[in-house]
Amino acid sequence: MSRISKEDVKHVAHLARLSIKEEEADLFTKQLDDIITYAEQLNELDTEGVEPTTHVLDLHNVMRKDEPKRWVEKEDVLKNAPDHKDGQFKVPSILE
Amino acid sequence: MSLFEHSLRELKDKLHSKEITVTDLVNESYNRIEEVDGQVQAFLTLNKEAALKQAAELDGQRGNDAAELFGLPIGVKDNIVTKGLRTTAASQILDNFEDPLYDATVVNKLNEAKSVTIGKLNMDEFAMGSSNENSSYYATRNPWNTDYVPGGSSGGSAASVAAGEVPFSLGSDTGGSIRQPAAFCGVVGLKPTYGRVSRFGLIAFASSLDQIGPITRSVEDNAYLLETIAGYDNMDSTSANVEVPKYTEALTGDVKGLKIAVPKEYLGEGVTPEVKEAVQAALKKYEELGATWDEVSLPHSKYAVSTYYLLSSSEASANLARFDGVRYGKRTENAETMLDMFKRSRSEGFGDEVKRRIMLGTFALSSGYYDAYYKKAQQVRTLIKNDFEKVLQDYDVIVGPTTPTPAFKVGEKIDDPLTMYANDILTIPVNLAGVPGISVPCGFSSEGLPIGLQIIGRHFDENSVYRAAHAFEQATDFHKQRPSLGGASS
Amino acid sequence: MNFETVIGLEVHVELKTESKIFSPSPNMFGDSPNTNVNPIDLGYPGVLPVLNEEAVNFAMKAAMALNCEIATDTKFDRKNYFYPDNPKAYQISQFDQPIGENGYIDIEVDGVKKRIGITRLHMEEDAGKLTHSDDGYSLVDYNRQGTPLVEIVSEPDIRSPKEAYAYLEALKNIIQYTGVSDCKMEEGSLRCDANLSLRPIGQEEFGTKTELKNLNSFSFVQKGLEFEEVRQEKVLLSGGEILQETRRYDEQTKETILMRVKEGSDDYRYFPEPDLVPLHIDEAWKDRIFNQIPELPDARKKRYIEELQLPAYDAMVLTNNKEMSDFFEETIAQGADVKQASNWLMGEVSAYLNKHYKEFSDIALTPEGLAKMIKLIEDGTISSKIAKKVFGDLVEKGGDPEKIVKDKGLVQISDEGQLREIISGILDNNQQSIEDYRNGKDKALGFLVGQVMKQTKGQANPPMVNKIILEEMDKR
Repeated sequence: MSRISKEDVKHVAHLARLSIKEEEADLFTKQLDDIITYAEQLNELDTEGVEPTTHVLDLHNVMRKDEPKRWVEKEDVLKNAPDHKDGQFKVPSILE
Repeated sequence: MSLFEHSLRELKDKLHSKEITVTDLVNESYNRIEEVDGQVQAFLTLNKEAALKQAAELDGQRGNDAAELFGLPIGVKDNIVTKGLRTTAASQILDNFEDPLYDATVVNKLNEAKSVTIGKLNMDEFAMGSSNENSSYYATRNPWNTDYVPGGSSGGSAASVAAGEVPFSLGSDTGGSIRQPAAFCGVVGLKPTYGRVSRFGLIAFASSLDQIGPITRSVEDNAYLLETIAGYDNMDSTSANVEVPKYTEALTGDVKGLKIAVPKEYLGEGVTPEVKEAVQAALKKYEELGATWDEVSLPHSKYAVSTYYLLSSSEASANLARFDGVRYGKRTENAETMLDMFKRSRSEGFGDEVKRRIMLGTFALSSGYYDAYYKKAQQVRTLIKNDFEKVLQDYDVIVGPTTPTPAFKVGEKIDDPLTMYANDILTIPVNLAGVPGISVPCGFSSEGLPIGLQIIGRHFDENSVYRAAHAFEQATDFHKQRPSLGGASS
Repeated sequence: MNFETVIGLEVHVELKTESKIFSPSPNMFGDSPNTNVNPIDLGYPGVLPVLNEEAVNFAMKAAMALNCEIATDTKFDRKNYFYPDNPKAYQISQFDQPIGENGYIDIEVDGVKKRIGITRLHMEEDAGKLTHSDDGYSLVDYNRQGTPLVEIVSEPDIRSPKEAYAYLEALKNIIQYTGVSDCKMEEGSLRCDANLSLRPIGQEEFGTKTELKNLNSFSFVQKGLEFEEVRQEKVLLSGGEILQETRRYDEQTKETILMRVKEGSDDYRYFPEPDLVPLHIDEAWKDRIFNQIPELPDARKKRYIEELQLPAYDAMVLTNNKEMSDFFEETIAQGADVKQASNWLMGEVSAYLNKHYKEFSDIALTPEGLAKMIKLIEDGTISSKIAKKVFGDLVEKGGDPEKIVKDKGLVQISDEGQLREIISGILDNNQQSIEDYRNGKDKALGFLVGQVMKQTKGQANPPMVNKIILEEMDKR
């Protein structure tokens, strides 16, 4: 039984802001299904009560002082911008 | 003989005694690149003009050459950002990213140590891959036989050193991306303890697994470079405030009494006889040197690949979301709506493997699946980490092969993601546990391809890893072998 | 059918730290676009967040002031969504371990006291600012990106738009007292989303709620909710169904307008932020912050009534505005009479501020100046009337009231001989008024007093003037 459907793949692609063509969707569905099916092996393990690991080192309370600092030139901010206007990043309208 | 046959410290001495100049070294690099990079394709961007200018400047300051890496030419993996020097992570989405505006912390450290950056090294796109075939530009080839892959994702970093284009380089390792190409290319590659080297300025793939590390021709060079790049960074909250030892001082050549653990899972199914034999020979060598070894078990090893792909892809799905065409990087032409702009820019900019992992990660984090996939994988990560901690309570280091097989042929595995992923089965657990691991040359296959020995240590105990690696290296000749590229080498 | 209204409020408050929450860029409002940004704020490849300690302190202070329990172990999570003002396409926020939980605010509406629960208070980073132009483009300014925020989510305890208004006023006041935010809605340092649903009275289960956005003042929150209450009731009574919608309040038409219908819940794919390590807040840290929290409005109000013997109304008006209350405290600390200080602040000072749209920080008047002026009235140096002139100067230009009185010759004339001489002259010229007074026309006395005041430019001591006029008339 497949774990992930083509509809799932299309939904996930939308969430990730990827547009995929129909034939790509077929291939990705198969590949992702293979990977997910393989990953189901984790269900062999009883992980009841096991703490999840997000950080491999036991660090906490890493903070900096509240001191403002500038470290790039103002004119560099838009240097890599695909499009800009009046000191701002220009994008297609968000209103659809 | 190439100047790069000398160790970094020998090169420093030669510079100091004025036997050679920095310009000589930098020219050596670019000449060799000119000669062989057409075949190897290790570099994406060269820094030639700036590097020669810097070399001339350094040559003018020869009285003041105390800096650790004074005048030494280095290659930097292209997912480490360099101010004023194009940084692409081998992705089309950053093809026009000419100036990242800032230097990664490791690059700052290189600059302070006065090394000379020769160029940016090829890799699998966003470090996702084990063969360099996922570079959106061209696949780097294995200098030992250019029909074969150099490994990945730091394929360019390993191949450039193996090919004698640079004496040392920086790579990054998320699931084996330093050690696996080091093994395939017959060089020395270390993934430091997680938190040992700052990740600030490393284009993130999987934040909880990524580490930058050195790739060199010898263990001594490797330890020497780590001394420079390691250390706490207040720009990286996950970097550890643990003192950096003089790693080179650990290289005594003496491993008498060293306790080695050999996980039975690392010499099991899928590991080729040639690799097994090379590792067994290495263990024999260790015995001769006075170390002892026992077979142990890391029982959750077989779950590492699944765990890794779920976790790294989930983190990557968020880390790579910023490539949206708004502030930098690729933007599609003539998008009418924001949604269209996002989707088309990303679809045109990312390669298939990157898309596949972004989708896998998005799926694993999406509502209804989080507990079953993401959280489950985090719990299994705990079990894998515990395996290592348990064994390393009783042993100084863990030894096994770096990879189940030597390098494979270009095109051999590219169509089957799962088979490709299985190649990392012996390196991935080390990242999940956050411990340090090194690959050193330990033999050659019948096809003449290098085989790597992996040595794994406790958190922040790179010293034991280096000591074990160095003693083995000094007792063998594998690291002295050179590929016969372009017919001009050694 | 009768319905019960259920309202929940989500308030975002910007914390006024010097630098941003995860980057060292200055945290400033009103600068030119994209001048307070660095690669971290722009979500450049390779950058990492580092937490600003002061942002945690401020969030903790706000949470404590709102009676929240403070988490001992807390952490940050990534909230994933694409939008041009969200540079990493994830917002660093807190998901399942907020820094504060289970708080409350006490409010009073129409004399009825009520406790509104606070579900949670969590820390997060603000987004950039998007402006839309007419030609099909939008522009992004990332100055605001990374400003520390706390999001404060109420329990669905609010039962009327009026209560919602009172909750917001109280919340804003409390946060202002702590000093962690200006809470200026016009600058966006306090923002509010509201949700409202109706359910038949007696029913336990909540109805479907609609969410209101784009609410630019507390009164618009109230008006929007009032409109929504009526709209939903009409829909329900006509047999219709309420959809899970996001609506905005239109200030012109005074209506709520549909923005979008929500399909299912948003899938933000929260997961623990791997680039930040967890926070462990021990008792010592909690105590340190707790001890920094100043007296809050309710406690202050109680003290004004019980210790200062101020009328309850005065105590409420003064404490409803932290700046006014602080000004009051400092004025009485300078020795001013408590009731006089209260009267001046609630009267002349408030009137001036309202008329000129100013705040305490904008005017030249100091607590010291006000206290001195009140003392000059008390010791008879100036009359209350003259005091208004002096106040005009103090509020515009500041300075020492004594010097103003002296320089302008505003000292009250209390010299009996001098006054008797003036009054004599006035009586000489106003025989008719004397007659009128004797014939029982009390108004005539007022006229005579007015004449004295006119001649002395208002500086004559009023009680003495009265007394001397009567004495002098008796003599004639």
